[in-house]
Parts: sequence; C-alpha cells; structure tokens
Amino acid sequence: MAAKKNPIWIARDLTKCSGCRKCEIACSLSHEKRIWPEASRIRVFMLVPGVEFPHFCTQCKDYPCIKACPTKALTISEETGAVLVDKKACTACGKCITACPGRIPHMHPTEKHILICDLCNGNPQCVKVCREGEWNVLKKVTRKNQAYHLYARKPEEITRDLCIKFYGEKGEEFL
Amino acid sequence: MIRGYAGKFLEVDLSTKKTKETIFAEEILKNYIGGRGLATKILWDRLGNRWETINPFGPDNLLLFVTGPLTGYFPGGRICVSGKSPQCNGVVGSTVGGEFGVELKCAGYDGIIVSGKSEKPVYLFIKDSDVELRDASRLWGKDAKQTMTLLTRECRELLKKRYPLFGEWREPAMLYIGPAGENIVRTAVVAAKWAHAAGYGGYGAVMGSKKLKAIAVKGTGPLPEAANIKKAEKLMQEVCDNAYSAVLWRRWGTGAAGYEVGADTSSEPVRNWQEEWHDEKSYGVDQFENRVWVKQCWSDFGCPTNCLKVSVVKTGKFKGAITDNPDYELQAYLGPNLGIFTPEENVYLASVIDDLGLCGIQTGNVLGFAAELFQQKILTREDLDGIELKWGDAEAFAEMAKKIAFREGFGDVLAEGTYRAALRIGQIKKIDVLRYAVVAKGIGIGAHGIRSGKDYPEDISYACSVQGGDHTSTAGMPLDGPGSELGEVFNDSGVYCNFNSFGLRKNLRFEFYEAVTGIKLTAKEWAHTKGLRILQLQRVMLLLGGPDVSWKPLIDDDNPPRFYEPLPSGPYKGKTVDRKEIKERVKSYYKAAGWDEKGIPKSQVLRRLGLDNVDKVLEKLRQ
Repeated sequence: MAAKKNPIWIARDLTKCSGCRKCEIACSLSHEKRIWPEASRIRVFMLVPGVEFPHFCTQCKDYPCIKACPTKALTISEETGAVLVDKKACTACGKCITACPGRIPHMHPTEKHILICDLCNGNPQCVKVCREGEWNVLKKVTRKNQAYHLYARKPEEITRDLCIKFYGEKGEEFL
Repeated sequence: MIRGYAGKFLEVDLSTKKTKETIFAEEILKNYIGGRGLATKILWDRLGNRWETINPFGPDNLLLFVTGPLTGYFPGGRICVSGKSPQCNGVVGSTVGGEFGVELKCAGYDGIIVSGKSEKPVYLFIKDSDVELRDASRLWGKDAKQTMTLLTRECRELLKKRYPLFGEWREPAMLYIGPAGENIVRTAVVAAKWAHAAGYGGYGAVMGSKKLKAIAVKGTGPLPEAANIKKAEKLMQEVCDNAYSAVLWRRWGTGAAGYEVGADTSSEPVRNWQEEWHDEKSYGVDQFENRVWVKQCWSDFGCPTNCLKVSVVKTGKFKGAITDNPDYELQAYLGPNLGIFTPEENVYLASVIDDLGLCGIQTGNVLGFAAELFQQKILTREDLDGIELKWGDAEAFAEMAKKIAFREGFGDVLAEGTYRAALRIGQIKKIDVLRYAVVAKGIGIGAHGIRSGKDYPEDISYACSVQGGDHTSTAGMPLDGPGSELGEVFNDSGVYCNFNSFGLRKNLRFEFYEAVTGIKLTAKEWAHTKGLRILQLQRVMLLLGGPDVSWKPLIDDDNPPRFYEPLPSGPYKGKTVDRKEIKERVKSYYKAAGWDEKGIPKSQVLRRLGLDNVDKVLEKLRQ
C-alpha cells in the first residue's frame, strides 16, 4: 500500500456526545451541499435516549472493507489514510458492511454507492463543529500505529456499554 | 417557488384506516408559515364553523403534527403538536424538542393530520413514502421507557428486513403516549425521548382518544432545499456563536433556575403558589448536579445550547430513577410546588411523571392544588383514597400521580386537570375551591409568577395569552415589542426552539426565514398582518370553546385569585398585583390587539386581515 503523507485519525470520546448531530449537519453540508442526516458519513445513533454517540469509520490497520470490495472501489487515501469510495466503481453490493467489524459503512439513500468517512481530506468538518461547541467528542490527532479496529463496533455493542455506564443495572432493561 | 417545505402533508383517517397526501397552496404557507400558525389555519378551515360542538376526544377532532420551514435549519429542532385542546378548548401550538420534525421533513412531509378514531390500539410507521398503520396492542399500557425500547427494536427490525442492503438502520424518531394518554387524562402529553414532552394543550389525551399509541418516522431524504443555503449556514453559525457565549446557560440549562427563580426573582411556585420564594441552596447548580447528573450536555437536533441533562438517582430508595435535569419547570412544579426540596425526590417524581406520560407542569399544578385542599382540610384522607398528600412527601405524590394516569379513585377527578377538578370538587364539597386553582383558561400556569414583578412575564401575560397559562406563550405589550406573544407565535410557526433565540438581534429570525423560504418577511408585516392574523384566529377559537366549558373574556381574562394575594415571604414580601390596575391593563391589551371592550376581535380588524368568514361566526359571541 502507498505511503501516507500526513495520516490523521479522529479520536473519539463517546461518553461526551450530546446527541446534537452537528457532525451530521456539517458532514452532509460539506459532502452533499444539503442538510441530510442519512447521507452523512458520520451518524449519531440513539437506540436508547441519553445514550447518543457518533458512528463512523475507524480506519482499521488492516482495512477489511478494502479487502472485501470485489470491484476495487475502495482505496486508501495516500494523504490522510482515509478510505476513499470510487462512486462509479462501487456497485452497492454491501460486502464492505459485512466485512467491517462495526458494520459502519451504509448506503447512500438515493445513489448507488456506499458512504464511508473520507476524513475531509485532512480537515474533518465534524471535528470542527464538535470543538466549536466544546463538546470535544471528536478530536483530530496524528495517526500512529494503534489498535484502531477496536473502535469499530456495532451500534448495539456501543449502546450496551454506554447504557450500563450511565444507567447502571437499570440500563439493562432498555437493551 | 417557496422553499424550505417538503411540499405535502400526510393525512391519516384512523376510522377508515385510509391515508392520503394533501398539498397546501403557497399562499397559505406564506401567510401561516407552519407549526402553530398553519395548525390554527387548518383547524379553523376544517372545524371553525362548528368549533363549539367539537368534542376534543371525539373522532371529529384533528390531531396535528406540524413542522415549519425553519425546522432543522434553525438550531434546535422541534415539532408542533396541535388540535382542539381538551384543556382550554381552543388551539394550543404545543411544541416538543427532538428529531421528529427533521425526520418527518426528510421523509417528505411537512406535517401529519390525524382524524377519526381507531377501534384497536395502533401506531403509525412512516419510512419516507411508505406509510403503515400497525398493531400497537403489545405497546398499549406500556410506560414511556418500555414503549421506546419495544418500538425502537420493532422498527429497526422492520427496516432491516425490508431494506437489508442499507447497512445499520438507526432508530426512527418517535412521538408516543404513556398510560395517561391512553386513559384520556387531560394532563397527558405527547412525548419524545423519555423526558421530552408537548405538554400544554393536553394532546396526549387526544392521541389516546384516537387509540394512536405512537408515530415512528424515518426519513432518508435531505431536508427540503433552502432558497439560500450559504446565507442559512451563516445564520446557523450566528445562532450557535450566540449560544456558545452564554457559558453558564449552557452549563446548567434551566437547572440553575431551581434556586434562582425562588431565591432571586421570587416567582417560583412553592406549595401551590402560597409562596413564591425559597432559599434552599441545595436546589440548584452543582449541589444538585453532583448528586444526580450523569450527562452534562444533552441536545436535540442541531442544538448548540444543550440545556438538557440526564439524571439518575444513584443511591437511596429512589435508586434507578431516570429523567432529564429535570428542567426548571419540573424542578419547580415537582419540587418546591409540592414542598419537595431534594434532587433525588425531584428526579424520582419527574421520572414517574415521564413514565406515565403525564405533563409535569399540569400534573404538578393539580397535585399542588389537591395538597393545598388537604392542608386546608377541604379534602380528607378518605377523599384521597387513603393517601395523605402532605407537602414534601414524594411517594404520596407519586402514588396519586399513578391514580391520575389510570383514572383510579380520586385520581379520576384530578385527571380532569386543575380547573375542571376544582369545579367537580366545588360541587361535591359545596364550596368554591377555584380560588386555589392557579390556572388561566383551563391551563395551569407555568412556573414563573408575576407578583414580584422581577420575572419575565407581565402582569397580564397569562390573563391575555391565547394559550392561557402557557409560560412559553405569554402576552405582552406593545404587540410589536420584544415581550409580545407574536414573537412566540413566530417561533412556534417556524418551529424551532425559542431557547436558541435568546439574545439574538431583532431581525435575525426574519432573515433566517427569508434565507430558507426565499420569501421576504418584515417584523412589521409579522406584527401587523401575518402574526396578528394567527393570534386572532387562536383568540376566536379560544372564545368559541365548548362543548364542556367556554370562557367569558370579562371574567376569564384575568389572573388566578392567588396572584392577588400578597407574597407572604422573601425579598418581595407583601408585593402583589392590583385588581383595578389589571382590569385597566387588560383593557389596554384589548385595544392593542384589536379587540372590542368585551374582548372580542373587532370586525374591522378581522376584515382588514381577510378573515371575513371568521367575523361572521363571531356574531353569536357579540350578542
């Protein structure tokens, strides 16, 4: 794989998420020029009220999504380390979703291709708005050699942990 | 072409189980905007000529869920719930925060009009243009948290089954009722996200009367296009920057008020408003938070303020109780108003109220009213089914709240809300207990008193409001000034959170409206024509009222008797409002609003506003 010039990563503290969805607004405005929550590459889940968190690509070291893609529609950005989607090559087969340990990619609601965070070419808009409001759920950091795949978890799994953290034993009733 | 609208409404007839789409003419959208304004217009057009005969709980009443063009654009998403109110028998634009309005617009609808009545419990499931009425018998009887848990699971499974290639489906946005709504309790809410509620108006009971347990909506489209998205983005930023500068407001939300509105402005209900002052320092900011908050920032769609917090009782006998902050209104009404001054008891009671689907304000009001009657020995332990409603006894109040939600025993009387309960108790006890009822036109007054003169409502704010005791829609003079009810009419019609409009420059909301819709609107045009027209329609339907009660302006455009008693304690001890002065002020308001000396909108005003047909209907009131 090609050398990365300035790889970044978005550090995430899910416990601080207010559920404001400003990240979705910023992401969809930047990528789609519209406010479009379901077309956002970062999506806030709220399977249990109070337990909101952003769900988006973690750029695993071994990039299982890229390996799973049958049409070579997914590549790694040399610049940032992000997974880039070639919209024309993508057939919307969904194999990357199955390959992702967190089932993070999802389909564009109206076009036939997958949506994966592209790290905004090194200047992630979600991070910008999250920092502006001082929630600091998201922070841009330099990508190093860490176990990023640990962050790629299914919404139900993340919900379970946060729900118990906030609500204790009672939280089990909502899962 | 007007922008910012999805362009159609969804109509659901629960009697026939049929659905259809309805398009409103651009002229109507331009004039009535959305939310409260558009709901008022729809209700007038469809029910106005027989308004007095419409039973709020009958199949003829309409239940409306209406977004506005600014929903999703103006930071802080909300949805407006309306219909004929079973509390004031007029129209209330009752808004609730959350993602529902945004999801609905992204599904392609500006609103939902529900008519008729289902025989069996149902819920409405909307995924873009796929609309389905589904069996809700499994959900009927479930509390707020159970309902959301079951419905989230069921809807996500449905989505996954029907659209397996999409990836992980998020939860749809939901509005639902608890047991109180199912049992047609007049203080029942239409709720969202466990602890959010469209409380004023009592529309949870209307939803229950139609056997509609919930609405779940997932919209996968974009928000309807704005006329000038760059301008809209700039204004969004301005609104957010303004909010970000209010550091303590964001930090505590309305929670700081639990102490301050009592101690400083002396306008917090204490023991059914017998006092409006307390100096209980444990009832505010960090002394409250450190014991119960598990989440410091809790926002609805796009909101920079995060005035909501999540609370959990961690220790003691109420361990495991979960609610939001509670926000100031519930801090006050389920706190000092019931003689309760500890965060744990307050959180517990608020969680009970949320779970039952009751309104914390209206139910806190009626519980306080009942407790005072118990204090005055007008109601006995026997009357109250063996419950001693002693000030400060959170468990007794919780027990009575459950009786209210299920209409059991004396709870059946209190389930009618304070005003109607006062009439019933008055008949039973042969004594006038309305003097203990702190209500305006059937609606319990929000937790901001007027006697000290230091809080934001004016002395005629509740007396002259078209939404009675609603503290989020208070009347003020002049009508084109900052304290006017017309400002709230705009917020509730654009449908966004008024909390994010605090401190903004005067014309920003109209600029925002233009950026989204492409339609120019000036403050003057709003105050003298469009906003005023909505206000007149609301006033007319409020006065028509019926069938069980209606209001006489010269009697009912007034404060509750309690507000004429001098404050007995605190820094403003002895202060009150003067009956004679209020009479004069109400008269001035009539004049300012274009109402005659009997409080009825004048013919010439209605005709100038193009409301000739409304004027004709008013003939019966003028006689």
